[in-house]
Amino acid sequence: MQKIRVVIAKPGLDGHDRGAKVIARALRDAGMEVIYTGLRQTPEQIVGAALQEDADAIGLSILSGAHMHICPRVMELLKEKGLDDVLVVVGGIIPDVDVPKLEALGVKGIFLPGTPMQTIIDFIQQNVRRRVDVVDSR
Amino acid sequence: MKSATADTDKQRWERDVLEPALEKAPERDVPFTTISGRPIERLYTPDDIASLDYGRDLNDPGAFPYTRGIHPTGYRGKMWTMRQFAGFGTPEETNERYKTLLEAGGTGLSVAFDLPTLMGRDPDHELSLGEVGKCGVSITSLADMERLFDGISLAGITTSMTINSPAPMIFAMYLAVAEKQGADWSKLSGTLQNDILKEFIAQKEYIYPPRESMRLITDIFAFCAKEVPKWNTISVSGYHIREAGSTSLQELAFTLRDGIEYVQYGADAGLDVDAFAPQISFFFNSHSDFFEEVAKFRAARKIWAHVMRERFNAKQERSWKLRFHTQTAGVSLTAQQPYNNVVRTALQALAAVMGGTQSLHTNSLDEALALPTAEAATLALRTQQIIAHESGLTNLVDPLGGSYFVERLTLDMEQGAREYFDTIDAMGGMVEAIEQGFPQREIAEASYKFQQAVERREKIIVGVNDYVEEDEPRHPILYIDESTYDTQISRLQELKRRRDNDAVRRSLDALREAARGGANTMYPLLDCARAYATVGEMCDALREVWGEYEEVPLI
Repeated sequence: MQKIRVVIAKPGLDGHDRGAKVIARALRDAGMEVIYTGLRQTPEQIVGAALQEDADAIGLSILSGAHMHICPRVMELLKEKGLDDVLVVVGGIIPDVDVPKLEALGVKGIFLPGTPMQTIIDFIQQNVRRRVDVVDSR
Repeated sequence: MKSATADTDKQRWERDVLEPALEKAPERDVPFTTISGRPIERLYTPDDIASLDYGRDLNDPGAFPYTRGIHPTGYRGKMWTMRQFAGFGTPEETNERYKTLLEAGGTGLSVAFDLPTLMGRDPDHELSLGEVGKCGVSITSLADMERLFDGISLAGITTSMTINSPAPMIFAMYLAVAEKQGADWSKLSGTLQNDILKEFIAQKEYIYPPRESMRLITDIFAFCAKEVPKWNTISVSGYHIREAGSTSLQELAFTLRDGIEYVQYGADAGLDVDAFAPQISFFFNSHSDFFEEVAKFRAARKIWAHVMRERFNAKQERSWKLRFHTQTAGVSLTAQQPYNNVVRTALQALAAVMGGTQSLHTNSLDEALALPTAEAATLALRTQQIIAHESGLTNLVDPLGGSYFVERLTLDMEQGAREYFDTIDAMGGMVEAIEQGFPQREIAEASYKFQQAVERREKIIVGVNDYVEEDEPRHPILYIDESTYDTQISRLQELKRRRDNDAVRRSLDALREAARGGANTMYPLLDCARAYATVGEMCDALREVWGEYEEVPLI
């Protein structure tokens, strides 16, 4: 089985990266290949990283309230690049009223403060696209 | 006389009383540790503080090393300042909130800026999209600063401004407003956070590289010593270090070591330590582990007094006294069962008061969900007022002084902080330690360990990993709409049409010139502010000269 490849990104101007770093480490410890983009990434940079890294999933950490600007742009760019099968999840401070709006955009998982790391790990493992398994040539 | 090998009273108690009791009824099978993972014994007795010397380690309040407090009368003299951090949307909306807080008995203002302002970007910058007025108030130019303090006399209040990289630009605007109000700068009082080191370490709102950033700070030290002597030039902050996941000890150690770095850079820039050190203040987090926090505050005063007297040969008592603001721990607030946060905040506030804080911000119950509503912010202020007037705590100074446990913990915190100082000194200082990623790694490690302890349910968070309620009702929140963005964009366009753009260009040129050479940047910045140059324009001028810092992301 190939490892699940996840891009963890911090879009926008916010630098509070505790959550992004903790979840990046938890996913890595759960056996995934994690690419952490670092801070202040534009949607273009994030989608670019997903393309380049052949990512199966993208995790966006947003606490600043800018999610309704950032997420639509990321989803739009993914579509443009033909990456609609990449699983997108968002973690952070997201008001209840915005949850259905994000879901309608195609964001599959929205994780609010206090979510156990295991819940997120399980969600990604269960919802990520199935890779065409490379036949082991041994 | 006791011989060295004789049992202490505590050992006798453990053998004769405790062990038989444990055989009958064992203790609960959980780790007895603080929230920071520090092991705690079941009992503290005089044996645990046998080495404590009252005069040397504690002394009376108001006397060196100030472990018990910097004022002889504690809160019997002056109550702490109830300073609620607030800011959102347009300057007018925040101005209205300030007036509400002042009418409700708040005694100082504390400005929260939005992310574009904090990062030195105008609202029309690409990265500002979706961020204008969201996490704080949007301030673009002097015109916004005038709106923010409309009807509030700057001579009559103290204002704390949470701003770091663009601190000199925002301070210049504040001084320009004061000037227009006819206030005398030498009488103005307030605080700039202006603590860039903790931005590199924890909160990550940096613009310029570390050394250029330190230059801006020493410029402010020199400027204020001369022009605004009562202003607190820096609020050396552990708050964000703790929020990023550090332990209580790391917060204490990194914050004080940052303080040492600032004093060292000031001294190296040729300033007299006693001329600027008294205006350095501190800002700590008050987290949920009550006694560990009280010990942290007491140890901080003691360590700083020694550092200033012995490491820097400061002569004035004012330089030895550590004054600090406290905010309760935002990170401890839960989105689940938000009313529980009122209780958490009250306990944390109690620790800050027991620790002798000079000012306090209590978080609102809804802050894990959004910025606080006016009702939630008022309740948070009421929490402080209840502690101040109903708990009886303010009748005496340092009520926990002499507690075997608190004194042992205070000594241990001091010892632990000194060990961190040695490590960082060996690296060449805090700037060097940051460049090597040392504090960043320590914090990331502690934060991951804590999360794992929560996942294993070794640490219980009520409503999150125990006592969970399904289908909680929706809590009303403050929702910031997009109108701030539209307002601020159209105002910016209008400003650029109406102001004297030649004067702006000249002032920005003078700023670049000062940055390239050695002249104090505050004077040209004041001219930029008076000419209505924007925060983005001023910050860009320095970006052109100094470049921008980029960290190597590590997980």
